[in-house]
Amino acid sequence: MVHYQARLDATFAALSDVTRRGVLEQLGGSDASITDLAERFHMTLTGMKKHVSVLEEAGLVVTEKVGRVRTCKLGPRRLEEEAAWIEQHRQLWSARFDALDELVDQLKRKEKADDQRKRR
Amino acid sequence: MTNVKEGSTAATNRTAVERKSDRELVVMRTFDAPVHTVFEAWSKPELFQRWWVPKSVGLALLSCDMDVRTGGSYRLVFRHPSFDQPMAFFGTYREVVPNKRIVWTNEESEQGAVTTVTFEEMSGKTRVTLHELYPTTAALDEALAGSAEGLPEQFDQLDELLAGGA
Repeated sequence: MVHYQARLDATFAALSDVTRRGVLEQLGGSDASITDLAERFHMTLTGMKKHVSVLEEAGLVVTEKVGRVRTCKLGPRRLEEEAAWIEQHRQLWSARFDALDELVDQLKRKEKADDQRKRR
Repeated sequence: MTNVKEGSTAATNRTAVERKSDRELVVMRTFDAPVHTVFEAWSKPELFQRWWVPKSVGLALLSCDMDVRTGGSYRLVFRHPSFDQPMAFFGTYREVVPNKRIVWTNEESEQGAVTTVTFEEMSGKTRVTLHELYPTTAALDEALAGSAEGLPEQFDQLDELLAGGA
């Protein structure tokens, strides 16, 4: 999977920098503007813009311009993880509910049989 | 980028799971049996333990104590082949209304959800809705892979990898 490999490389490159890792942790707590991030990490606006664009290319961050402020938040990679987690959850509940389905079916049949016995 | 649809499930599967808000998860399923039968399967320990731990999960249920009434408590102990120590799950029934609703707490962790199961009669069938409400967004996020809590550890692994890399 060349595509996957390339994306993995981009992710590793993005995460190889201590500031960029810090930015992700910040955004894990709440969204922030580029200006906020630059101040928090004691950097120039230009320097922070570069970091954010690396994270953005790796799909780890998405940015959105509202008026004159560019807001950053964790990117779609998070959504994939979330979807995977929900899928795991769904498999557990499917397995559980399949077993419950079977049991309920048995109970229902037993009840019917008991009812018929009572009527005789 | 894959487009994630909420609660997207295989068409063959009748169990729907979705993240309803940043603190809630909902699981739904309809059973072809009257409400009292389905409720019985949830409220009688000897029946409950026959389905709660599906074989595919690989857990063995060591003990199952359930006092299913408002104010009662429960305790389930499991063993997983890859762990030495058994795992206990426990909590209290906040509300039990026969054939309508069961609400319980999950007290094995600080950030445990409150689980509400409702039973609705629908022309002879029963719709079961299980709703998990986490105390905070972070608590549900923590359950998600790649959560803030998981990050430092991943970064450590990454650092090692990068340090060892050419």
